[in-house]
Amino acid sequence: MGDRALPLEETAMLEFVWLIPLFPAIGFVINGLFGRQINRKAVGLVACAAIGLSAVFSSVLFFVLLKQPDYFFEKEIFSWIVSGQFAAAVGYQVDALSIVMALAVSWVSFFIHVYSIGYMHDDPGYPRYFTYLNLFVFMMLNLVLANNFLLMFVGWEGVGLCSYLLIGFWFEKDSASNAGKKAFVVNRVGDFGFLLGIFLLVTHFGTLNFSQIFASAPQVLTVSAATMIAVLLFIGATGKSAQLPLYVWLPDAMEGPTPVSSLIHAATMVTAGVYMVARCHVIYEMAPVALAIVAAVGVLTAIYAASIGFAQNDIKKVLAYSTISQLGYMFLGVGVGAYSAGIFHLMTHAFFKGLLFLAAGSVMHAMSGELDMRKMGGLRKLTPVTFWTFLIATLAIAGFPPLSGFFSKDEILWHAFKQSRLLWAIGFVAAGMTSFYMFRAVFMTFFRESRAPETVKKHIHESPKIMTVPLIILAGLSIVGGWVGIPHALGGANRFHQFLSTAIKVSHETAGHAASKVHIMLASNQPAAEIAKHGMTSTHSAVDPTEYVLMAASVGIALVGLAFAYLLYITKPGLLERLVSSWHRLHRLVFNKYYVDEIYEYLFVDSLKGLGRGLWKGADTFFIDGTVNGVADVAGILSNLTRRIQNGLVQSYALSMVVGGMVVVGYYVIRAIFF
Amino acid sequence: MFAQNISIVFQWLVFLGTAFVAILASILMITRKNPIHSALLLILTFLCTAVLFFLLQNPFIAIIQILVYAGAIMMLIVFVIMLLELEEELVSPLKISFSKGVGVLTALLIMLGLFFAVFGGARGAIGEYTPEKVSQLGSAKVVGKLLFTDYLLPFEIVSILLMAAIVGAIVLAKQRPSEKE
Amino acid sequence: MTIPPIPSAAYLIVGAMLFIIGAVGVLTRRNGIVVFMSIELMLNSVNLSLITFSHFLNSMDGVLFVFFVMAVAAAEAGVGLAIFVQLYRTQKTIHLDEVHLMRW
Repeated sequence: MGDRALPLEETAMLEFVWLIPLFPAIGFVINGLFGRQINRKAVGLVACAAIGLSAVFSSVLFFVLLKQPDYFFEKEIFSWIVSGQFAAAVGYQVDALSIVMALAVSWVSFFIHVYSIGYMHDDPGYPRYFTYLNLFVFMMLNLVLANNFLLMFVGWEGVGLCSYLLIGFWFEKDSASNAGKKAFVVNRVGDFGFLLGIFLLVTHFGTLNFSQIFASAPQVLTVSAATMIAVLLFIGATGKSAQLPLYVWLPDAMEGPTPVSSLIHAATMVTAGVYMVARCHVIYEMAPVALAIVAAVGVLTAIYAASIGFAQNDIKKVLAYSTISQLGYMFLGVGVGAYSAGIFHLMTHAFFKGLLFLAAGSVMHAMSGELDMRKMGGLRKLTPVTFWTFLIATLAIAGFPPLSGFFSKDEILWHAFKQSRLLWAIGFVAAGMTSFYMFRAVFMTFFRESRAPETVKKHIHESPKIMTVPLIILAGLSIVGGWVGIPHALGGANRFHQFLSTAIKVSHETAGHAASKVHIMLASNQPAAEIAKHGMTSTHSAVDPTEYVLMAASVGIALVGLAFAYLLYITKPGLLERLVSSWHRLHRLVFNKYYVDEIYEYLFVDSLKGLGRGLWKGADTFFIDGTVNGVADVAGILSNLTRRIQNGLVQSYALSMVVGGMVVVGYYVIRAIFF
Repeated sequence: MFAQNISIVFQWLVFLGTAFVAILASILMITRKNPIHSALLLILTFLCTAVLFFLLQNPFIAIIQILVYAGAIMMLIVFVIMLLELEEELVSPLKISFSKGVGVLTALLIMLGLFFAVFGGARGAIGEYTPEKVSQLGSAKVVGKLLFTDYLLPFEIVSILLMAAIVGAIVLAKQRPSEKE
Repeated sequence: MTIPPIPSAAYLIVGAMLFIIGAVGVLTRRNGIVVFMSIELMLNSVNLSLITFSHFLNSMDGVLFVFFVMAVAAAEAGVGLAIFVQLYRTQKTIHLDEVHLMRW
């Protein structure tokens, strides 16, 4: 296969991969420089067109990539750093993993940009918003398309910056600017680990290029070195992807505009950590300890965040904790070696979580900015499109087949089960909890009578088309998006997994259960297309019946969650009140997010502030200022003393001369006498 | 024997007398209350120094000393003393304060150092103008010759200096028009 | 018995004493004119030393030097006294410890 001549134009199109990040960059520049001079409509148009072009071109390159041998293309744009032995370039790499990420990022961003035109319609900072949003997409695309760690880190930091700018978009509000700062600082803590990992990579490999590193990793790294690097990189991922213990910034990030929460904190930026682990799978495969840590942190975060979601009343906070929890699932997936499952869940999550946030924004729009679910209700009839799309997304996240969330979450749980029953069990319980709190949100917001005040009730209306159309599109994607990854157990070909396997070559990942054959072929480095074809044909080996059991159990626990939510919030609200009052202290603990923010403040923030204060008073005021002022004072004292020499009296000057003369004469006399 | 010595003895006598008078006069000069007395005593010192110059077989410089120092400069000083109508110092002129005491002490130390330095006599490169040759040629003539050959540049510069001094003195001492009122 | 001629040290000692007496006069007296005269005394003592060296070292350099010193002393006397006159006109005193204009 693959001897036919490839059409020249098509391959040449890959050379233009740099256009994908370039379009948003141009949008950023235009809106940044001229945003306030040009018409509002033009601003929105420029921003959406930039992303739209990126999305379309990514799709084109996807099809071109399918024709490449090995599904791989790398292009260096220009050489950035050349310093002695070390060289880093700006270059892009198009392979299965990066094109999947680029497609998800660009298309979801496009829908959210269109939605934003409606949502941010009345905001005075409209041009600034789109400028930052375009900058963000530019940075994110750099992150996923980069061919070396340094450019990826540039994108990593860049999205952190844009997150800060956009969280604190309404910077006049103290809470918003504080949330922005918190996000940036917590991210920075994680990035410190990431940087250390990069330093170790440079020390061991002398280069940061992905292809070079991953090709030579098994020879160059010892297990302990690989573990160290993997753990350090994962620390960066905990910060960026809001896992324990660096997740605290994400709930506060809800201060930003809702489309920002949707784009950055659900669909794209927070997934950068998962992408990074998948990209570095070669290193992680060499360090089983690191993988275990990743999986453990992921599943613990999943259940922990899900528990907090039980007691939150702010609809965006529920979704924020849900995001943290689902990210935990993604890390669970990559932690047990199921990299494509993790990326699959990343993609489906982008669809349904992005949709959930946009729908929440639509609810806020209808309720004149109200966020508290206790004041909502009865929106089912009044905002039908919002209701149905929200419901579809909830069904997806809870994992009901045949929506996308079922396939992706189930694949992760299946691989977790094969690795460790305990991991599966925790993930399983968390899935039930997810179903519960999401349906709780649905019931509180849309069902029963409206609990809103009269003034708000009068204004409840469905959102304009420019906001509802993206909702509908994303809902459609939430339904069908999982169908590219239907596992063999259910008769599908799991094309998603096979496609990604061309980029992520691991020996034990066996979504098709034809382990041995695929393994041999992978080891012999045959072209990817062939592997895919063989993978598809070798589905005839036996499917483990346990998989069916697990699937049924997943659906079951989701139904249980739904039932509980229905019971407590629709049929027997009295039961809810009694439960809350009898488990009063537990409820308060969970409602206050286990007081983690307070603990962090006490442990870290206060001690740092104390250190700062101490350094300020001690080192700076006392020591440095004292020294500087002391030097000045000494100069003053000395000059006061020496000033008296110049008193204007001629005779004292004559005296000085005489004394000087004596010194000279004395010198010669003494020299003559003694030497 | 007497004949050989008599000139030397005479020289010694003159030297000692003149030196004694010079030093006495200068000590008196710095202690008088009346500045005119100090001026007159300074003239006496200058005259004694001129005698010492004669003893050193340099009549030219001795005459120049009398003409310039004792004649012109001291006359200027006396004129200024008279012009300024200085009152006599009511306080003792040698009011001793700490700094003055220190100054005097330092000066005495310098003097001891100088004594030590000159103890061995004049040391240095020997030139060619022996006193006999100078007195044979005539000291004025020798000075004049050297002035216009080897030392021409300093000579011209000194003339400019003197001119500057004259101009300066006139400008400084001129009465300003406003003061005439 | 031959009496030795007057040694150079004698003249030089006289010169040194005159110099120091002049220095003491400069340091000690309040009256500006007297201080000025003490300075002239110092210059004069230096002249004496120079002529001594010139005599005993058979050189004319010292004599020429003295010539120029005298010229400079004359110029200095002229200008210095003019300054004194001007000082008296403005400050109405020539007592040096009352004149401290040139200080910080």
